[in-house]
Amino acid sequence: MESKRLRDCSLFRLAVFVVLPVLIVVAMCGRGNYYSAMVCTFAINVLLAASLNLVNGFSGMFSMGHAAFMAVGAYISAFLTLSPTQKASMLPGLPQWLTNIQIPLLPALLVAGIAAAFVAVLIGIPVLRFKGHYLSVATLGLIVIVRAVLDNSDSVTNGPRGITGLPNLATPTLIFAVLMVSLFIMYRLIRSSYGRGLIAMRDDDVAAQSLGINLTSKKISIFCISAFFAGVAGAMWGHNQTVISGQFFYFNMSFKVVQISIIGGMASLSGAAVGALFMTFVPELLAPLESGFNLFGMAIPSLYGISNIIMAVFLILVIIFRRQGLLGSSELLLESWFSGSTYTSLFKKSEYQELAAAIRGKFNRKQT
Amino acid sequence: MSASYFISQLVNGLRLGSVYAIVAVGYSIVYGILRLINFAHGDIMTIGVYVMLMLMTTIGMPLWAVVIVSVVVSVFAGVLIERLAYRPLRSANEEATLISSLAVSTLLQNLLQMIFSPQKRAFHLPEFFSVRHDIFGIQLSTMNIMTFVAVAVIVIALTFVVQKTKIGTAMRACSENLDAARLMGINPNKVIVFAFAVGSGLAALAGLMLAGEYKTIDPLMGFVPGLKAFCAAVVGGIGSLYGAVLGGLVIGVAEMLFAGLMPTSVTAYRDAFVFVVLILVLLVRPNGLLGQSEGGRS
Repeated sequence: MESKRLRDCSLFRLAVFVVLPVLIVVAMCGRGNYYSAMVCTFAINVLLAASLNLVNGFSGMFSMGHAAFMAVGAYISAFLTLSPTQKASMLPGLPQWLTNIQIPLLPALLVAGIAAAFVAVLIGIPVLRFKGHYLSVATLGLIVIVRAVLDNSDSVTNGPRGITGLPNLATPTLIFAVLMVSLFIMYRLIRSSYGRGLIAMRDDDVAAQSLGINLTSKKISIFCISAFFAGVAGAMWGHNQTVISGQFFYFNMSFKVVQISIIGGMASLSGAAVGALFMTFVPELLAPLESGFNLFGMAIPSLYGISNIIMAVFLILVIIFRRQGLLGSSELLLESWFSGSTYTSLFKKSEYQELAAAIRGKFNRKQT
Repeated sequence: MSASYFISQLVNGLRLGSVYAIVAVGYSIVYGILRLINFAHGDIMTIGVYVMLMLMTTIGMPLWAVVIVSVVVSVFAGVLIERLAYRPLRSANEEATLISSLAVSTLLQNLLQMIFSPQKRAFHLPEFFSVRHDIFGIQLSTMNIMTFVAVAVIVIALTFVVQKTKIGTAMRACSENLDAARLMGINPNKVIVFAFAVGSGLAALAGLMLAGEYKTIDPLMGFVPGLKAFCAAVVGGIGSLYGAVLGGLVIGVAEMLFAGLMPTSVTAYRDAFVFVVLILVLLVRPNGLLGQSEGGRS
């Protein structure tokens, strides 16, 4: 009898794709601030890249303005979660009603996302008529415009000094919960008829239009949805770092998100996770190079910026040798995470039998 | 506001616009052939400036020799980047080369920061360049005059090259249709290398003008002017030589007039203003001011 492949067994998926990552995250969070901060950065990067993939990978536009939406989200959420006394001293230009309210982070995230989506509509209506490179440059322009506004409206944003002392509300649990819900929404979205329409538009916009897909509304709506999640991610980023200012949300941040999305694979939501895994942890591993170290008695001088250089070279190599990114357009984890059968398999006897058969099959193949 | 203030702002704008124009020409000829926004173009400008600084402060070479060496180094850098990062992607789509150029830009910026430290450095040209001349009542420094002359010379020389020489004809053919040009026996790689060489050399010259004006340089100085120059190329109509020059002048003048004439509360938005101009121009004329067919809009 031909047994299932091991990786097709629901129980195997549950163990390797669901339980194992959760255990790793929990273990890392338990090891102290340094590790839990890294895990949080990772989760936020996943959300950023996945939301960018909605636009760049699934709908065939090429936006590079994610940092702008992050900035909007971060500032709006900061307005809502800071205490009235902090706001009164730091941001005297805020309207009175905004100074007085203080709400928990979760509703603030929602408002932040909506604000970012609103900005996306405003900018999207003129800009999304451009194609290809023109759109990319216009979205870069959006970053410059947002940065200029943040740096120059002193009384509302505290100018280039930025806002300090944000409440540290973005705990790992909250970040991962938000990430999971967001990924679930995005995953269902691209598997819906709306998502298939998007992919059709990406592959051939004329053909898609002739089949009755309204390109303009598709483009603007997906741009908005993407900006919504970018705003949420920016808000979490702000509450994780507790300091925000215009300089954080500039080209570097946007390029980093684009880099994550390219390395992982633009047309895959789980690609965002793979890319974020690389882009969060590899620079950490390379950090010793930046400050100089001792190699077999040889003193290596500190090389400022070397990890960025290595990541840039890595990006060029990925683009040259694996253009579609590491994952291409395949999904790795999300199918297991978001399908009910993965979880119900725990209670089904047949699943255990299948797993046993698959393991046996694996061993038999090895022997022959 | 007096007329002389307006005129001096206008002259400043034309001066800045000339620098943009020189960079934009480089963008435009590369984009015309490859459909590639070379984000690293601005950073090649930075390389050129740092080479000049090093040669002037450590060896003390005369300026004309410094400029020649720096142009040669920049040309070499541009061609090398094309060979390593863009040629393997010849068959790829637009986004792939865009990302590659972005990565090259990050790489160069960090490399420059690693070698020269991220600090700003003073960049002083000989006194001769800042001497003021009075021409028809307008104050112009030697540097300003040289910038204007340089733009004029570059435009005339490039017009000659593009219209009259064999390689120029090949360039026009390639920007019209790369595949058809290949079938006509043109080696596109040669043309592309030539385009990168010309663009990079011009970028180094523009860097000299920019650094001479600001008096300080840093490893990230090239990126935003590079981006604005690309805006200029798009505003003028990308792929067109005169369009790039016109776009550069329009953006430069608009930026300086905005900075000089608007109330101080909004002048800090001058970088943002450039992009607003870009978006507005593209909405009215999707192919830019002098652009012809094949626009950026669906």
